[in-house]
Amino acid sequence: MSIAQDSGPPKVSLIYDPKVRSIAYQVLLCAIIIFLAYSAVRNAADNLARARIASGFGFWNQTAGFDISQTLIEYSAQAGTYGRAFWVGLLNTLLVAAIGIVLATIVGFLVGIARLSKNFLLAKLSAGYVELIRNLPLLLQLLFWYNAVLKALPDLRDSWTLPGSIFLNNRGFFAPSPIFQPGMQFVAGALIVGIIGAFVFASWARKRQEQTGQQAPVGLVALGLIVGLPVIVFFLAGMPATLEFPEKGRFNIRGGMEILPEFAALLVGLVLYTGAFIAEVVRAGIMAVSKGQTEAAGALGLRTGPTLKLVVIPQAMRVIIPPLTSQYLNLTKNSTLAVFVGYPDLVQVFTGTVLNQTGQAVEVVMITMAVYLSISLVTSMVMNWYNARIALVER
Amino acid sequence: MAVATQDGLRQGRRGDVDYVRTTAVEAMPAPGATTGAIGWVRTNLFSSPANIALTLISVLLVYWIVPPFIEFMITHAVWTGADREACLPTADRPEVGACWPFVRDRFSYFIYGSYPISERWRVDIFFVMLAIGIVWLLWLEAPRRDLGAVYFFVVVPIVSYVLLNGFEAIGLRTVDTSLWGGVLVTIVVSWVGIVFSLPLGILLALGRRSNMPAVKLLSVIFIEFVRGVPLITVLFMASVMLPLFVPAAYSPDKLLRALVGIAMFSSAYMAEVVRAGLQAIPKGQYEGAMAVGLGYWQMMYLIVLPQALKITIPNIVNTYIGLFKDTTLVVIVGIFDFLRTVEVSRIDPQWAAPTTSATGYAFAGVFYFIFCYGMARYAKSVEVRLGKSDRR
Repeated sequence: MSIAQDSGPPKVSLIYDPKVRSIAYQVLLCAIIIFLAYSAVRNAADNLARARIASGFGFWNQTAGFDISQTLIEYSAQAGTYGRAFWVGLLNTLLVAAIGIVLATIVGFLVGIARLSKNFLLAKLSAGYVELIRNLPLLLQLLFWYNAVLKALPDLRDSWTLPGSIFLNNRGFFAPSPIFQPGMQFVAGALIVGIIGAFVFASWARKRQEQTGQQAPVGLVALGLIVGLPVIVFFLAGMPATLEFPEKGRFNIRGGMEILPEFAALLVGLVLYTGAFIAEVVRAGIMAVSKGQTEAAGALGLRTGPTLKLVVIPQAMRVIIPPLTSQYLNLTKNSTLAVFVGYPDLVQVFTGTVLNQTGQAVEVVMITMAVYLSISLVTSMVMNWYNARIALVER
Repeated sequence: MAVATQDGLRQGRRGDVDYVRTTAVEAMPAPGATTGAIGWVRTNLFSSPANIALTLISVLLVYWIVPPFIEFMITHAVWTGADREACLPTADRPEVGACWPFVRDRFSYFIYGSYPISERWRVDIFFVMLAIGIVWLLWLEAPRRDLGAVYFFVVVPIVSYVLLNGFEAIGLRTVDTSLWGGVLVTIVVSWVGIVFSLPLGILLALGRRSNMPAVKLLSVIFIEFVRGVPLITVLFMASVMLPLFVPAAYSPDKLLRALVGIAMFSSAYMAEVVRAGLQAIPKGQYEGAMAVGLGYWQMMYLIVLPQALKITIPNIVNTYIGLFKDTTLVVIVGIFDFLRTVEVSRIDPQWAAPTTSATGYAFAGVFYFIFCYGMARYAKSVEVRLGKSDRR
């Protein structure tokens, strides 16, 4: 029979073929996007030509001519270029983000655990903190810390003075700063050796425990290597560091370490805000470990400390890490609110001042976005690697 | 027979053995230290030395925070006055709390910004219309919630645009957006974010899960790009780059630029929330829909999205809370939102007093807290409700 021969799919019009349709849709979508992009670029070229703005990155090496209140690398209004200003801003952003992440993690873990405490007062206090902070805009909190708290501190003449030449006034926080002399490199070297040694010892101890069951005092040895070794080398090298104390004059404070009120306000605001979110992440993570795990650990004879350390926390961390990563990224992204309190971060210096002075809107905004995008991507890559390392290994 | 014998046996035994009790011992009252107020305090606050230390620290914190707060807000606050004189510390009142007459004096500025006084009824109508829409949608037993959605997402936007912006043909004079301000702008910005982010977010989420590589790639790029950069840079982009990308004749006004930025930003976040909901729908639902012959859009509209959006409501509301808080950042492109009006007012020399700033921030804090906490409670209640319906 002839039926067997043409048993292929029935011939249908091409319009009803899902494959053809899907390709047509995609071609249409791409055409629209390309058309939009093309007209945007043409309009931009027109508008820029009319405003007499030369596009390109030629501004990068021009002299900036403005001052920056906090610089981690050498920079001056006369000698600094726009490119240099970019690096100053970026380093300031990274500084506040790095310190903020460490402190917010500490605050978040403390509050998150406190919220689960059996102590009624402590639990309610933590819950109140979390609810209050999470329901107020970060900008409002930053403005409050900066304008209503730090700017309301006494002025220079009536500075609060703490023992050890520490001054606190509305121009900032002044503390003694260490001055390093030659010989300090040995101490730094000892610190690095100590850290490496601690890691080596920890992995040796773990292997030995897996093979023989014998435990080693890893914590004590690591403490000795990381803290003790540099301290010994410090004394052997003849104490190559001194403290420089800030001195209060009539109109300003000279010497020592100065922490700008802008930096302090931004840091306090970011830490308290992100800390509240991390607290919720931690609480959710701990509650995700079922009660049976704790009970089983108790049945095996583990006390509260080892139960937490060996049973609850390793399992909770798996739940905690992914949202914790996004909180770290949020903190980094929220550090752009520095622009509202005048802390010279990347956005304030580069997207604010440099953009206004040069008018290179497209280039400047694109560079800024690229920086934050790369920070986000690198952070998520590192966290994904860590997450994969501690992920549950199933058979 | 057998029953009787057993009965007899039991009776016999009971009679024989005197030392076995036939009634249960009366339960003794629990030790005094574990019940009542004292027992509660002992178990919850003073169960161990560590616990006692924690309690003491907590009490200290409460003592540091609560009385000064109440003093500032109520007992030491100034309630009446015409200008800064009322709020200055004096010899017989060295500690001055909040300066509430400042808030009362600036209240209408906080609400309407510089919107012309004779036209402010239009803003009031807008608020009422919006409130009706919100109640209609959020009250889960309200009648005809489908109509409510049409009202909220279609009718209110058009009517309120005509109302707020003005329409000369029907006798409403045009009010330039540079005059808009205060709570009005905060509400408009967050509401535009809400109205645009949900449909756009759904489209992006569907795009990200699409089988078409080009659609998927474009959605992923947009979502990851916007989520990877801070809102401020998106607003900067909308503010300084958007005017470059359109012909000079159509240069959008400031508020519109900010609205575009907010809508882009929130739709990327909404897309991820919706995607999580879509992933939670079992594959059988998709297959079932296809088996009964539904096309892609019918399948999504009739089968998948109703289920996915229902379980996503708490997360959608949480995204809205974030959006509402983020609207404060539109200041960066020169728009007078509520927080900005507070900022401008607090440095006004007419009210320059030591506590004016703190008063302004306290008022703003109460405003934002009521809105955000209200939304959070709503999300929580929906979550509980959904949890109940899922339990069989």
